[in-house]
Amino acid sequence: MRAPVLALTLFAGAACAADVVVIQNGTVHTVTKGTFRGSIVIRDGKIADVGEKVLTPPGARVVDATGKHIIPGIIDAHTHIALDSINESSVSVSSMVNVAEMLNPESVSIYRAMAGGVTVCNSMHGSANSIGGQNVVFKLRWGADARGLIFDRAKPSLKMALGENPKRQGSPQGLQIPGLQSPQNLRYPGTRMGVEDVIRDAFTRARAYQREWKDYEARRARGEKALPPRRDLQLEPLVEVLEGKRLIHAHCYRADEILMLLRVFDDFNIRGVTLQHALEAYKVAREIAERGHAVSTFSDWWSYKVEAYDAIPYNAAILHRKGVLVSLNSDDAGGAELMRRLNAEAAKVMKYGGLSEDEALAMITINPAKQLQIDPWVGSIEPGKDADLVIYDRHPLSVYAKVEKVFIDGRQYFDRDEDMSRRPKIEAEKEGLRRKLQDQQKQAMPQNRRPS
Amino acid sequence: MRKNFLAAITAALMAVFITWLPAPAESVSWTAIRGARIVPVNGPVIEKGTVLIRNGVIAAVGPQVDVPASAWVIDGNGLTVYPGLIDALSTWGLPQAAQAPAQTAGRGAQQPPQLPQQQQPQQPQAQQPQARSRGPQDRPGTFTWVKAADQVQPSDSRLASARNAGFTSAVTFPRQGIVAGHGAIINLGGKTAGEMVVLPEAGLYLALRPSGYTGFPSTPMGIMAYFRQLWLDADHYRQALALYAADPVNIPRPAHDRALEGLMGVKRVLLPAPDPIQMERMVKLAADLKTPAVLYGVVRGYEMAERLRATGTPVILNVRWPAREPGADPEQEESYRELRIRDLAPTSPAALSAAGVKWAVSSDGLETPRAVLRALKQSIDRGLRREDALRALTLSAAEIYGVADRLGSIQPGKAANLVVATGDLFDDSTRVRMVFIDGVRYLPEPELPQPPAGASGRGPSSERGEDQ
Repeated sequence: MRAPVLALTLFAGAACAADVVVIQNGTVHTVTKGTFRGSIVIRDGKIADVGEKVLTPPGARVVDATGKHIIPGIIDAHTHIALDSINESSVSVSSMVNVAEMLNPESVSIYRAMAGGVTVCNSMHGSANSIGGQNVVFKLRWGADARGLIFDRAKPSLKMALGENPKRQGSPQGLQIPGLQSPQNLRYPGTRMGVEDVIRDAFTRARAYQREWKDYEARRARGEKALPPRRDLQLEPLVEVLEGKRLIHAHCYRADEILMLLRVFDDFNIRGVTLQHALEAYKVAREIAERGHAVSTFSDWWSYKVEAYDAIPYNAAILHRKGVLVSLNSDDAGGAELMRRLNAEAAKVMKYGGLSEDEALAMITINPAKQLQIDPWVGSIEPGKDADLVIYDRHPLSVYAKVEKVFIDGRQYFDRDEDMSRRPKIEAEKEGLRRKLQDQQKQAMPQNRRPS
Repeated sequence: MRKNFLAAITAALMAVFITWLPAPAESVSWTAIRGARIVPVNGPVIEKGTVLIRNGVIAAVGPQVDVPASAWVIDGNGLTVYPGLIDALSTWGLPQAAQAPAQTAGRGAQQPPQLPQQQQPQQPQAQQPQARSRGPQDRPGTFTWVKAADQVQPSDSRLASARNAGFTSAVTFPRQGIVAGHGAIINLGGKTAGEMVVLPEAGLYLALRPSGYTGFPSTPMGIMAYFRQLWLDADHYRQALALYAADPVNIPRPAHDRALEGLMGVKRVLLPAPDPIQMERMVKLAADLKTPAVLYGVVRGYEMAERLRATGTPVILNVRWPAREPGADPEQEESYRELRIRDLAPTSPAALSAAGVKWAVSSDGLETPRAVLRALKQSIDRGLRREDALRALTLSAAEIYGVADRLGSIQPGKAANLVVATGDLFDDSTRVRMVFIDGVRYLPEPELPQPPAGASGRGPSSERGEDQ
């Protein structure tokens, strides 16, 4: 039985190898290597060649991109889409949970975001706790199962949150829960200083845990018989952070709390953190840049909560000019509404901050790739990288631009014309099903009335 | 003193042995059903044959069977004999109570013992202490010390109605919290709870029922993380106990933890998986827990068949086929996906059988035991073979729980759990004439309310009271 399966796999592999796609004669925005009129050769899901003149291999499928624009797939560094549960808000430190377990490949948000040019996203745990759960980076391969969506090569990460979100449930008034007798102080912390305490305490415990295991390994190496420490799923991811094996995405707003967090990270020697939202980061841009941390923010969203009153639309540009790695994100949860327009969000940094086209596009492609440490494979149009490509009908930084085709790993996942032409068929099928089920229900009615 | 005691014990044992060993011929009870159509499930149908029962166990089956003169002979002419049906996931026989939320159950002996909801049926739910779990260390919603076998009640009124529909056994599980407790395989007849239990350890029932905001774990992902931690803790506890046993002088005695004790030697876990997404999650979880899994509550089996076969995981189908809620807003349009699921769910059994997936059926969510057969009839109309439907209700269920040596088919040596019906079990006009459980005959009781006069003759009224 095994042999034919293997043969089939090999055959499929061979078929793929012959499956070469050439996107011809479009405006190619490589983001890292300039913009020019030229072509891209895709082979085995990778970009094989890109340039003004490329050799079109015989038998290749040719996509004519005359008058069109091609950019690398958009990467959203901060979303919550396609998750069946997002926020384990019951505890202050929920690092034991992993949203990857809740990835829902049937969520239509995946298709919608992909149809807006997004090819990779970082779907994160919510911000209800000072230290939240583990996040998941996935490619928007619509139709794959959860396992098939996950971008394996992305470094694991952990969500953290500061300010109002993690502290609100600990307010003296408490949160009114139906069924509980009286409001109660449900959860520590209730203040910003409490948030700092929770974080320091957690990493201190993680250090002790790390030491406990090291002691045990040493004793075992000496041949002593000893009980291993109890494995703690809450502290294990924190140890990975301390050991540089796991990234942190920290939700924050105010300059003072950003400084607090930078100092905590200094004390625990934690590097390479991406500050999420960080609307007041421009006030402490130098401090962030000095430490090499990154920022993922909104273009011009502010005043939607008390912590967002001091935001300015120049934040991204100021941070970028101070040497901070900046990306723009959607923070979408349900509908993937902003995700579908991240190109327009990038355009705003040109309007407000006077950045160049490439600098603007970088904030939704190569910069988030660097923040997620997936830039060796995605984020720009370069030979050897994954063929994650988006074809727009006009300049992608125009608000009128529409996505026409999306390729992920060289496979076409979206085509606007196909999508439009499929709709009437699906509508008709749906109507047919509705009528069939109605008829069945009517037939079953008299039976249901009978006593049984 | 000690010597005398031993001698006494030996004498007592000998006495028991002597009285028990040469079973007097008079005490053997024989029953024969003669001239019936027999569907043994594990072999070809016998068009006219005899089932011989000896002391509650099937002694012989075939077209020609020697029936001892002392046997009680039942004329099976015109009747069909099937193995007794098995509900693979049930609460039959257990005291009925509202499902408790996933509250803190307490850890080991550190907290006052808190009886699960099911043991306190008279207490209204509002008076239950709402303990809030602050983390995995509180062992939230965990009742691993609860065993269905300890709670079985022969007085459960649902047993009779289950027998009327042809069920003779059930795998019955406690349902409180998220780690609900150990299921038992029971027969649906017997004078005492002890008589009913066939196997006290059928598996551990796990639910993904989050607590909402009232404590950890409040989400399904929190629950999954918690399950993993619980299993790791049990593993650690086991290691600690082993080390202590080897060196009780130098190694400190580990604190007794009743939640972890209940995890020792779990044969299988029952995990909810209505759709392929959840299936993927649960199969991975079971692999991480290093415990075999049975998936329950499966709805979209029609699109999971191939992947289920690849994982080798057996499933228990939810045969309460999805339907539009009676009170649903007629203006509210159902999505294409919902409509498709409603249309295709009843094709799941055929798809699973075609793929070679081991599947059984649960009465969960259905109003009456008889509705299980009606639901499967719908699937038969959509391509399920009758023999596959019957197998799911009998031998497959027994195989999933490792009791196929005792239950599930008409075969010498197996328990005499039988259904005697007037025709094919899945036909609407078929009546169950009698069931045998451990060789004891039960006649169908009248089901109320009676159908109005002149109705199509459904209902057991016409044959009731035959032998009474």
